[in-house]
Amino acid sequence: MLALQGDFEAHRRLLEELGAAVREVRVPADLDGLDGLVIPGGESTTMTLGIEREGLAGPLRELIGAGTPTLGTCAGLIMLDRDHLGLLEVTAARNAFGRQVRSFEERLDLDGVGDGIEAIFIRAPWATEPGADVEVLAAVDGHAVAVRQRDVLAVSFHPELNGERRLHGWLLQRIAARRAAAGPRPQATAGGSP
Amino acid sequence: MAHVSRGVRERSIGRVKQEGTFAVKSGLAEMLKGGVIMDVVTAEHARIAEAAGACAVMALERVPADIRVAGGVSRMSDPTKIEEIQAAVTIPVMAKARIGHFVEAEVLQALEVDYVDESEVLTPADEANHIDKWQFTVPFVCGATNLGEALRRIGEGAAMIRSKGEAGTGNVVEAVRHMRQIGGEIRRLGTLDEAELPTAAKDLQAPLPLVRDVAKAGRLPVVMFSAGGVATPADAALMMRLGAEGVFVGSGIFKSEDPARTAAAVVEATTHFQDAERIAAASRNLGAPMTGIGMDAIAEQGGLLQERGW
Repeated sequence: MLALQGDFEAHRRLLEELGAAVREVRVPADLDGLDGLVIPGGESTTMTLGIEREGLAGPLRELIGAGTPTLGTCAGLIMLDRDHLGLLEVTAARNAFGRQVRSFEERLDLDGVGDGIEAIFIRAPWATEPGADVEVLAAVDGHAVAVRQRDVLAVSFHPELNGERRLHGWLLQRIAARRAAAGPRPQATAGGSP
Repeated sequence: MAHVSRGVRERSIGRVKQEGTFAVKSGLAEMLKGGVIMDVVTAEHARIAEAAGACAVMALERVPADIRVAGGVSRMSDPTKIEEIQAAVTIPVMAKARIGHFVEAEVLQALEVDYVDESEVLTPADEANHIDKWQFTVPFVCGATNLGEALRRIGEGAAMIRSKGEAGTGNVVEAVRHMRQIGGEIRRLGTLDEAELPTAAKDLQAPLPLVRDVAKAGRLPVVMFSAGGVATPADAALMMRLGAEGVFVGSGIFKSEDPARTAAAVVEATTHFQDAERIAAASRNLGAPMTGIGMDAIAEQGGLLQERGW
Protein backbone atom coordinates (compact mmCIF):
# COMPACT_ATOMS: atom_id res chain seq x y z
CA MET A 1 0.00 0.00 0.00
CA LEU A 2 1.58 3.27 -1.13
CA ALA A 3 1.78 5.43 2.01
CA LEU A 4 3.48 8.67 0.95
CA GLN A 5 0.35 10.72 1.66
CA GLY A 6 -3.43 10.31 1.64
CA ASP A 7 -6.05 8.03 3.16
CA PHE A 8 -3.97 4.86 3.29
CA GLU A 9 -5.12 4.14 6.87
CA ALA A 10 -8.68 3.67 5.63
CA HIS A 11 -7.44 1.16 3.04
CA ARG A 12 -5.46 -0.63 5.73
CA ARG A 13 -8.55 -1.02 7.93
CA LEU A 14 -10.57 -2.54 5.08
CA LEU A 15 -7.81 -4.89 3.93
CA GLU A 16 -7.16 -6.09 7.46
CA GLU A 17 -10.86 -6.70 8.03
CA LEU A 18 -10.70 -8.88 4.92
CA GLY A 19 -7.80 -10.84 6.42
CA ALA A 20 -4.89 -9.37 4.45
CA ALA A 21 -1.45 -8.54 5.82
CA VAL A 22 -0.62 -4.95 4.88
CA ARG A 23 2.70 -3.17 4.47
CA GLU A 24 3.11 0.59 4.06
CA VAL A 25 5.33 1.57 1.13
CA ARG A 26 7.40 4.77 1.39
CA VAL A 27 10.70 3.74 -0.22
CA PRO A 28 11.54 1.22 -3.02
CA ALA A 29 12.76 -1.46 -0.58
CA ASP A 30 9.23 -1.62 0.89
CA LEU A 31 8.01 -3.10 -2.41
CA ASP A 32 10.04 -6.30 -2.10
CA GLY A 33 7.87 -9.40 -2.22
CA LEU A 34 4.47 -7.69 -2.47
CA ASP A 35 1.67 -9.72 -4.08
CA GLY A 36 -0.66 -6.78 -4.61
CA LEU A 37 -0.72 -3.04 -4.37
CA VAL A 38 -3.13 -0.28 -3.39
CA ILE A 39 -2.56 3.32 -4.45
CA PRO A 40 -4.81 5.36 -2.15
CA GLY A 41 -6.66 8.62 -2.45
CA GLY A 42 -4.79 11.78 -1.58
CA GLU A 43 -3.42 14.83 -3.33
CA SER A 44 -2.09 13.73 -6.69
CA THR A 45 0.48 16.56 -6.90
CA THR A 46 1.88 15.68 -3.48
CA MET A 47 1.93 11.99 -4.38
CA THR A 48 3.62 12.63 -7.75
CA LEU A 49 6.35 14.67 -6.07
CA GLY A 50 6.74 11.99 -3.39
CA ILE A 51 7.15 9.21 -5.97
CA GLU A 52 9.79 11.34 -7.69
CA ARG A 53 11.64 12.19 -4.46
CA GLU A 54 11.74 8.54 -3.34
CA GLY A 55 12.68 7.10 -6.74
CA LEU A 56 9.58 4.90 -6.70
CA ALA A 57 8.43 5.32 -10.31
CA GLY A 58 10.74 2.67 -11.82
CA PRO A 59 10.15 0.03 -9.13
CA LEU A 60 6.36 0.62 -9.23
CA ARG A 61 6.32 0.25 -13.03
CA GLU A 62 8.29 -2.96 -12.72
CA LEU A 63 6.02 -4.43 -10.03
CA ILE A 64 2.67 -3.52 -11.59
CA GLY A 65 3.92 -4.04 -15.15
CA ALA A 66 4.74 -7.64 -14.19
CA GLY A 67 1.04 -8.24 -13.59
CA THR A 68 0.77 -7.58 -9.84
CA PRO A 69 -2.91 -6.96 -9.06
CA THR A 70 -3.41 -3.30 -8.23
CA LEU A 71 -6.26 -1.11 -6.99
CA GLY A 72 -6.10 2.68 -7.36
CA THR A 73 -8.66 5.07 -5.90
CA CYS A 74 -8.99 8.71 -7.00
CA ALA A 75 -5.37 10.00 -6.86
CA GLY A 76 -4.45 6.33 -7.41
CA LEU A 77 -6.21 6.41 -10.78
CA ILE A 78 -4.23 9.53 -11.69
CA MET A 79 -0.91 7.93 -10.63
CA LEU A 80 -1.61 4.92 -12.87
CA ASP A 81 -2.60 6.85 -16.02
CA ARG A 82 -0.46 7.38 -19.12
CA ASP A 83 0.76 10.82 -17.96
CA HIS A 84 2.14 9.45 -14.67
CA LEU A 85 3.25 5.82 -14.14
CA GLY A 86 1.85 4.82 -17.54
CA LEU A 87 0.37 1.52 -16.33
CA LEU A 88 -3.22 2.17 -17.37
CA GLU A 89 -4.18 3.19 -20.90
CA VAL A 90 -6.32 6.15 -19.91
CA THR A 91 -5.72 9.86 -19.40
CA ALA A 92 -7.10 11.14 -16.11
CA ALA A 93 -8.78 14.54 -16.11
CA ARG A 94 -7.94 15.93 -12.66
CA ASN A 95 -10.65 17.57 -10.50
CA ALA A 96 -12.89 17.03 -13.50
CA PHE A 97 -16.14 17.15 -11.52
CA GLY A 98 -15.10 20.50 -10.01
CA ARG A 99 -13.95 21.90 -6.70
CA GLN A 100 -14.95 20.54 -3.28
CA VAL A 101 -18.44 22.10 -3.26
CA ARG A 102 -19.19 19.89 -6.31
CA SER A 103 -18.04 16.71 -4.54
CA PHE A 104 -20.87 14.17 -4.29
CA GLU A 105 -22.15 10.71 -3.47
CA GLU A 106 -23.88 8.43 -5.95
CA ARG A 107 -24.89 4.78 -6.16
CA LEU A 108 -23.13 2.84 -8.92
CA ASP A 109 -23.13 -0.58 -10.53
CA LEU A 110 -19.64 -1.84 -11.41
CA ASP A 111 -19.62 -4.55 -14.05
CA GLY A 112 -17.94 -7.66 -12.66
CA VAL A 113 -17.38 -6.15 -9.18
CA GLY A 114 -20.80 -5.45 -7.72
CA ASP A 115 -24.06 -3.51 -7.92
CA GLY A 116 -25.42 -0.74 -5.73
CA ILE A 117 -22.00 0.52 -4.67
CA GLU A 118 -22.31 3.72 -2.66
CA ALA A 119 -19.57 5.83 -4.17
CA ILE A 120 -18.05 8.93 -2.57
CA PHE A 121 -16.47 11.31 -5.09
CA ILE A 122 -14.13 14.00 -3.72
CA ARG A 123 -12.68 16.57 -6.13
CA ALA A 124 -12.73 13.52 -8.34
CA PRO A 125 -11.06 12.86 -11.68
CA TRP A 126 -12.57 10.94 -14.55
CA ALA A 127 -10.81 8.79 -17.14
CA THR A 128 -10.66 9.79 -20.81
CA GLU A 129 -9.42 8.09 -24.00
CA PRO A 130 -9.45 4.48 -22.75
CA GLY A 131 -7.12 2.22 -24.74
CA ALA A 132 -8.17 -1.03 -26.43
CA ASP A 133 -7.37 -3.18 -23.35
CA VAL A 134 -9.31 -0.96 -20.98
CA GLU A 135 -12.80 -1.93 -19.88
CA VAL A 136 -14.99 0.91 -18.58
CA LEU A 137 -16.97 -0.52 -15.64
CA ALA A 138 -19.04 2.51 -14.69
CA ALA A 139 -19.71 6.09 -15.73
CA VAL A 140 -21.24 9.22 -14.19
CA ASP A 141 -22.74 11.86 -16.49
CA GLY A 142 -21.20 9.94 -19.39
CA HIS A 143 -17.66 10.04 -17.93
CA ALA A 144 -15.70 6.89 -17.04
CA VAL A 145 -15.24 6.62 -13.26
CA ALA A 146 -14.22 2.96 -12.97
CA VAL A 147 -11.82 1.23 -15.37
CA ARG A 148 -10.03 -2.10 -15.49
CA GLN A 149 -7.08 -3.19 -17.55
CA ARG A 150 -6.33 -6.85 -16.81
CA ASP A 151 -5.50 -6.91 -13.07
CA VAL A 152 -5.34 -3.15 -12.59
CA LEU A 153 -8.60 -1.64 -11.29
CA ALA A 154 -8.86 2.12 -10.91
CA VAL A 155 -11.83 4.19 -9.75
CA SER A 156 -12.54 7.90 -9.24
CA PHE A 157 -14.27 7.34 -5.90
CA HIS A 158 -13.41 6.08 -2.40
CA PRO A 159 -14.71 2.63 -1.38
CA GLU A 160 -12.27 2.84 1.56
CA LEU A 161 -14.21 5.70 3.18
CA ASN A 162 -17.54 3.95 3.72
CA GLY A 163 -16.54 0.36 4.29
CA GLU A 164 -17.43 -0.77 0.76
CA ARG A 165 -15.47 -4.03 0.63
CA ARG A 166 -16.13 -5.40 -2.81
CA LEU A 167 -13.31 -3.62 -4.65
CA HIS A 168 -10.74 -4.72 -2.10
CA GLY A 169 -12.33 -8.18 -2.23
CA TRP A 170 -11.74 -8.16 -5.99
CA LEU A 171 -8.08 -7.29 -5.39
CA LEU A 172 -7.56 -10.13 -2.91
CA GLN A 173 -9.37 -12.52 -5.25
CA ARG A 174 -7.06 -11.59 -8.15
CA ILE A 175 -4.03 -12.07 -5.90
CA ALA A 176 -5.28 -15.53 -4.89
CA ALA A 177 -5.99 -16.44 -8.52
CA ARG A 178 -2.52 -15.34 -9.59
CA ARG A 179 -0.96 -17.37 -6.80
CA ALA A 180 -2.97 -20.44 -7.71
CA ALA A 181 -1.91 -20.11 -11.34
CA ALA A 182 1.74 -19.80 -10.28
CA GLY A 183 1.52 -23.00 -8.26
CA PRO A 184 2.41 -23.64 -4.62
CA ARG A 185 4.92 -21.31 -3.00
CA PRO A 186 5.89 -20.33 0.53
CA GLN A 187 3.52 -18.03 2.42
CA ALA A 188 4.47 -14.46 1.55
CA THR A 189 4.07 -11.33 3.60
CA ALA A 190 2.61 -8.74 1.36
CA GLY A 191 1.04 -5.34 1.10
CA GLY A 192 -2.57 -5.80 0.15
CA SER A 193 -2.45 -9.61 0.13
CA PRO A 194 -3.59 -12.44 2.41
CA MET B 1 -16.90 7.61 7.00
CA ALA B 2 -18.54 4.60 8.49
CA HIS B 3 -17.70 5.51 12.07
CA VAL B 4 -19.58 8.81 11.91
CA SER B 5 -22.84 7.03 12.44
CA ARG B 6 -24.20 8.54 15.61
CA GLY B 7 -24.30 12.15 16.61
CA VAL B 8 -23.43 13.46 13.18
CA ARG B 9 -26.23 13.97 10.72
CA GLU B 10 -26.06 11.88 7.58
CA ARG B 11 -28.20 11.85 4.49
CA SER B 12 -29.08 8.65 2.74
CA ILE B 13 -27.98 8.52 -0.83
CA GLY B 14 -29.69 7.43 -3.97
CA ARG B 15 -29.21 7.28 -7.69
CA VAL B 16 -28.88 11.02 -8.03
CA LYS B 17 -25.85 13.03 -7.03
CA GLN B 18 -25.84 14.24 -3.43
CA GLU B 19 -23.51 17.18 -2.82
CA GLY B 20 -22.33 18.51 0.53
CA THR B 21 -22.98 15.34 2.56
CA PHE B 22 -20.93 14.88 5.70
CA ALA B 23 -19.12 11.93 4.08
CA VAL B 24 -18.01 14.19 1.25
CA LYS B 25 -16.99 17.01 3.61
CA SER B 26 -15.01 14.86 6.04
CA GLY B 27 -13.75 12.79 3.11
CA LEU B 28 -11.65 15.64 1.73
CA ALA B 29 -9.85 15.85 5.08
CA GLU B 30 -9.13 12.10 4.73
CA MET B 31 -7.43 12.88 1.41
CA LEU B 32 -5.21 15.49 3.07
CA LYS B 33 -3.89 13.08 5.71
CA GLY B 34 -0.15 12.65 6.02
CA GLY B 35 0.25 16.00 4.32
CA VAL B 36 1.22 19.58 5.05
CA ILE B 37 -1.17 22.53 4.62
CA MET B 38 0.70 25.80 4.20
CA ASP B 39 -0.39 29.39 4.88
CA VAL B 40 0.03 31.55 1.79
CA VAL B 41 -0.64 35.23 1.17
CA THR B 42 0.03 35.47 -2.59
CA ALA B 43 -0.22 33.34 -5.72
CA GLU B 44 3.58 33.17 -5.77
CA HIS B 45 3.59 31.69 -2.25
CA ALA B 46 0.96 29.19 -3.35
CA ARG B 47 3.09 28.05 -6.30
CA ILE B 48 6.10 27.56 -4.03
CA ALA B 49 3.98 25.56 -1.57
CA GLU B 50 2.52 23.34 -4.31
CA ALA B 51 5.93 22.70 -5.89
CA ALA B 52 7.26 21.69 -2.47
CA GLY B 53 4.54 19.05 -2.05
CA ALA B 54 1.94 20.81 0.12
CA CYS B 55 -1.37 18.90 0.06
CA ALA B 56 -3.35 22.18 0.32
CA VAL B 57 -2.81 25.88 0.89
CA MET B 58 -4.54 28.26 3.29
CA ALA B 59 -5.17 31.70 1.82
CA LEU B 60 -5.05 34.57 4.28
CA GLU B 61 -4.32 38.28 4.13
CA ARG B 62 -1.24 38.11 6.36
CA VAL B 63 0.59 35.19 7.94
CA PRO B 64 -0.10 34.94 11.69
CA ALA B 65 3.33 36.30 12.69
CA ASP B 66 2.49 39.51 10.81
CA ILE B 67 -1.05 39.63 12.22
CA ARG B 68 0.50 39.43 15.68
CA VAL B 69 2.84 42.36 14.96
CA ALA B 70 0.30 44.51 13.11
CA GLY B 71 -2.50 44.21 15.66
CA GLY B 72 -5.88 45.72 14.72
CA VAL B 73 -8.77 43.73 13.29
CA SER B 74 -7.86 40.79 11.11
CA ARG B 75 -10.46 39.65 8.55
CA MET B 76 -11.15 37.30 5.63
CA SER B 77 -8.84 37.80 2.62
CA ASP B 78 -9.76 39.93 -0.37
CA PRO B 79 -11.67 37.67 -2.83
CA THR B 80 -9.32 38.74 -5.63
CA LYS B 81 -6.35 37.36 -3.69
CA ILE B 82 -8.19 34.09 -3.12
CA GLU B 83 -9.09 33.81 -6.80
CA GLU B 84 -5.48 34.49 -7.81
CA ILE B 85 -4.34 31.70 -5.52
CA GLN B 86 -7.04 29.35 -6.87
CA ALA B 87 -5.88 30.12 -10.41
CA ALA B 88 -2.23 29.50 -9.51
CA VAL B 89 -2.52 25.96 -8.10
CA THR B 90 -4.50 22.74 -8.56
CA ILE B 91 -4.25 21.54 -4.93
CA PRO B 92 -7.15 22.43 -2.58
CA VAL B 93 -7.38 26.05 -1.47
CA MET B 94 -8.66 26.80 2.02
CA ALA B 95 -9.43 30.24 3.42
CA LYS B 96 -10.10 31.70 6.86
CA ALA B 97 -13.30 33.28 8.13
CA ARG B 98 -13.70 35.01 11.48
CA ILE B 99 -15.29 33.01 14.31
CA GLY B 100 -19.06 33.43 14.05
CA HIS B 101 -18.87 35.45 10.82
CA PHE B 102 -21.23 33.34 8.73
CA VAL B 103 -21.35 35.91 5.94
CA GLU B 104 -17.60 35.72 5.40
CA ALA B 105 -18.10 31.94 5.27
CA GLU B 106 -20.90 32.35 2.70
CA VAL B 107 -18.60 34.53 0.61
CA LEU B 108 -15.87 31.91 0.75
CA GLN B 109 -18.38 29.22 -0.23
CA ALA B 110 -19.50 31.38 -3.17
CA LEU B 111 -15.84 31.63 -4.21
CA GLU B 112 -15.76 27.81 -4.11
CA VAL B 113 -12.85 27.51 -1.71
CA ASP B 114 -12.35 23.86 -0.78
CA TYR B 115 -12.39 24.30 3.02
CA VAL B 116 -13.29 27.21 5.33
CA ASP B 117 -11.18 27.61 8.46
CA GLU B 118 -13.29 29.28 11.16
CA SER B 119 -10.18 30.62 12.78
CA GLU B 120 -9.06 32.19 16.03
CA VAL B 121 -6.16 33.70 14.08
CA LEU B 122 -8.63 36.30 12.78
CA THR B 123 -10.51 38.66 15.10
CA PRO B 124 -13.71 36.96 16.31
CA ALA B 125 -16.96 38.45 14.98
CA ASP B 126 -19.24 36.80 17.56
CA GLU B 127 -18.17 36.35 21.17
CA ALA B 128 -20.86 33.79 21.99
CA ASN B 129 -21.53 31.66 18.93
CA HIS B 130 -19.63 29.82 16.26
CA ILE B 131 -20.99 29.45 12.73
CA ASP B 132 -23.76 26.86 12.20
CA LYS B 133 -21.68 24.83 9.81
CA TRP B 134 -24.47 22.36 8.94
CA GLN B 135 -26.00 25.05 6.72
CA PHE B 136 -23.06 24.94 4.30
CA THR B 137 -22.02 22.78 1.35
CA VAL B 138 -18.39 23.76 1.83
CA PRO B 139 -16.67 21.86 4.67
CA PHE B 140 -15.17 23.59 7.73
CA VAL B 141 -12.03 23.03 9.78
CA CYS B 142 -11.94 24.47 13.30
CA GLY B 143 -9.33 24.80 16.01
CA ALA B 144 -9.49 23.16 19.44
CA THR B 145 -7.35 23.23 22.57
CA ASN B 146 -9.10 20.27 24.23
CA LEU B 147 -11.50 17.44 23.49
CA GLY B 148 -14.66 19.27 24.58
CA GLU B 149 -13.92 22.16 22.26
CA ALA B 150 -13.21 19.75 19.38
CA LEU B 151 -16.50 17.91 19.92
CA ARG B 152 -18.50 21.15 20.20
CA ARG B 153 -17.09 22.20 16.82
CA ILE B 154 -17.93 18.80 15.30
CA GLY B 155 -21.41 19.10 16.82
CA GLU B 156 -21.74 22.41 14.97
CA GLY B 157 -20.79 20.66 11.73
CA ALA B 158 -16.99 20.93 11.50
CA ALA B 159 -15.63 18.17 9.23
CA MET B 160 -12.01 18.49 10.33
CA ILE B 161 -10.24 19.59 13.53
CA ARG B 162 -6.85 21.14 14.06
CA SER B 163 -5.29 21.46 17.46
CA LYS B 164 -4.80 25.20 17.92
CA GLY B 165 -1.31 25.66 19.27
CA GLU B 166 -0.31 29.30 19.23
CA ALA B 167 -0.17 30.68 15.70
CA GLY B 168 2.57 33.03 14.55
CA THR B 169 5.04 32.14 17.29
CA GLY B 170 7.32 29.55 15.68
CA ASN B 171 7.13 27.91 19.11
CA VAL B 172 5.73 24.39 19.13
CA VAL B 173 5.07 24.22 22.87
CA GLU B 174 1.36 25.09 22.70
CA ALA B 175 0.74 22.72 19.78
CA VAL B 176 2.26 19.95 21.88
CA ARG B 177 0.17 20.94 24.90
CA HIS B 178 -3.09 20.82 22.93
CA MET B 179 -2.30 17.60 21.09
CA ARG B 180 -1.37 15.88 24.35
CA GLN B 181 -4.48 17.30 26.03
CA ILE B 182 -6.82 16.01 23.31
CA GLY B 183 -5.06 12.65 23.06
CA GLY B 184 -5.11 12.21 26.82
CA GLU B 185 -8.80 13.03 27.08
CA ILE B 186 -9.61 10.57 24.27
CA ARG B 187 -7.67 7.82 26.04
CA ARG B 188 -9.43 8.61 29.32
CA LEU B 189 -12.86 8.27 27.68
CA GLY B 190 -11.85 4.79 26.56
CA THR B 191 -11.49 3.72 30.19
CA LEU B 192 -15.04 4.72 31.20
CA ASP B 193 -18.10 2.49 31.15
CA GLU B 194 -21.38 3.45 29.51
CA ALA B 195 -22.89 4.74 32.77
CA GLU B 196 -20.00 7.17 33.21
CA LEU B 197 -20.20 8.72 29.75
CA PRO B 198 -23.10 11.16 30.39
CA THR B 199 -21.15 12.77 33.24
CA ALA B 200 -18.03 12.84 31.08
CA ALA B 201 -20.05 14.60 28.36
CA LYS B 202 -21.31 17.12 30.91
CA ASP B 203 -17.78 17.78 32.15
CA LEU B 204 -16.45 18.13 28.60
CA GLN B 205 -19.47 20.30 27.67
CA ALA B 206 -19.76 18.14 24.57
CA PRO B 207 -22.66 16.31 22.87
CA LEU B 208 -23.19 12.87 24.43
CA PRO B 209 -23.54 10.97 21.12
CA LEU B 210 -20.15 12.28 20.00
CA VAL B 211 -18.62 11.42 23.39
CA ARG B 212 -19.93 7.86 22.95
CA ASP B 213 -18.42 7.70 19.45
CA VAL B 214 -15.02 8.80 20.72
CA ALA B 215 -15.10 6.42 23.70
CA LYS B 216 -15.84 3.52 21.36
CA ALA B 217 -13.53 4.39 18.47
CA GLY B 218 -10.61 5.80 20.49
CA ARG B 219 -10.32 8.70 18.07
CA LEU B 220 -12.20 11.77 16.90
CA PRO B 221 -14.93 11.09 14.34
CA VAL B 222 -13.13 13.43 11.90
CA VAL B 223 -9.52 13.92 10.84
CA MET B 224 -7.33 15.91 13.25
CA PHE B 225 -4.30 17.93 12.14
CA SER B 226 -1.93 19.93 14.31
CA ALA B 227 -1.35 23.67 13.94
CA GLY B 228 0.10 26.72 15.60
CA GLY B 229 3.86 27.00 16.04
CA VAL B 230 5.37 24.33 13.75
CA ALA B 231 8.58 25.82 12.31
CA THR B 232 10.96 22.95 11.47
CA PRO B 233 10.85 19.46 9.92
CA ALA B 234 11.42 17.98 13.39
CA ASP B 235 8.48 20.01 14.78
CA ALA B 236 6.21 18.53 12.09
CA ALA B 237 7.40 14.99 12.81
CA LEU B 238 6.93 15.57 16.55
CA MET B 239 3.26 16.48 16.01
CA MET B 240 2.76 13.39 13.85
CA ARG B 241 4.35 11.23 16.56
CA LEU B 242 1.94 12.73 19.09
CA GLY B 243 -1.03 11.64 16.99
CA ALA B 244 -1.62 14.42 14.46
CA GLU B 245 -2.80 13.10 11.09
CA GLY B 246 -1.10 15.96 9.25
CA VAL B 247 0.15 19.47 9.96
CA PHE B 248 -0.69 23.07 9.20
CA VAL B 249 2.36 25.28 8.88
CA GLY B 250 1.67 28.99 8.97
CA SER B 251 4.42 31.52 9.41
CA GLY B 252 7.04 28.74 9.64
CA ILE B 253 7.45 28.49 5.86
CA PHE B 254 7.40 32.04 4.57
CA LYS B 255 9.13 33.57 7.61
CA SER B 256 12.10 31.22 7.15
CA GLU B 257 15.26 32.10 5.25
CA ASP B 258 14.59 29.66 2.38
CA PRO B 259 10.83 29.01 2.07
CA ALA B 260 11.00 26.56 -0.88
CA ARG B 261 13.54 24.29 0.82
CA THR B 262 11.94 24.60 4.23
CA ALA B 263 8.55 23.69 2.73
CA ALA B 264 9.91 20.60 0.93
CA ALA B 265 11.78 19.53 4.07
CA VAL B 266 8.66 19.78 6.25
CA VAL B 267 6.73 17.68 3.70
CA GLU B 268 9.46 15.04 3.68
CA ALA B 269 9.65 14.90 7.48
CA THR B 270 5.85 14.58 7.71
CA THR B 271 5.87 11.55 5.38
CA HIS B 272 8.86 9.93 7.15
CA PHE B 273 7.91 11.04 10.68
CA GLN B 274 9.04 7.72 12.16
CA ASP B 275 12.44 7.72 10.48
CA ALA B 276 14.98 9.92 12.32
CA GLU B 277 17.59 9.52 9.58
CA ARG B 278 15.22 10.90 6.97
CA ILE B 279 14.24 13.77 9.28
CA ALA B 280 17.94 14.49 9.82
CA ALA B 281 18.54 14.51 6.06
CA ALA B 282 15.58 16.82 5.50
CA SER B 283 16.78 19.20 8.23
CA ARG B 284 20.29 19.77 6.86
CA ASN B 285 21.38 23.25 5.72
CA LEU B 286 17.93 24.81 5.55
CA GLY B 287 19.16 28.22 6.69
CA ALA B 288 17.52 30.02 9.56
CA PRO B 289 13.98 29.01 10.57
CA MET B 290 11.59 31.74 11.64
CA THR B 291 12.84 33.46 14.76
CA GLY B 292 10.03 32.46 17.08
CA ILE B 293 8.93 33.94 20.38
CA GLY B 294 8.48 32.66 23.89
CA MET B 295 5.01 32.40 25.43
CA ASP B 296 5.93 34.90 28.18
CA ALA B 297 6.62 37.56 25.55
CA ILE B 298 3.20 37.10 23.98
CA ALA B 299 1.22 38.86 26.68
CA GLU B 300 2.94 42.07 25.65
CA GLN B 301 1.89 41.49 22.03
CA GLY B 302 -1.84 41.17 22.54
CA GLY B 303 -2.15 37.84 24.30
CA LEU B 304 -2.93 34.31 23.23
CA LEU B 305 -4.91 33.68 20.04
CA GLN B 306 -5.84 30.21 21.30
CA GLU B 307 -8.18 31.75 23.89
CA ARG B 308 -10.46 32.96 21.11
CA GLY B 309 -13.27 30.45 20.52
CA TRP B 310 -15.01 28.50 23.26
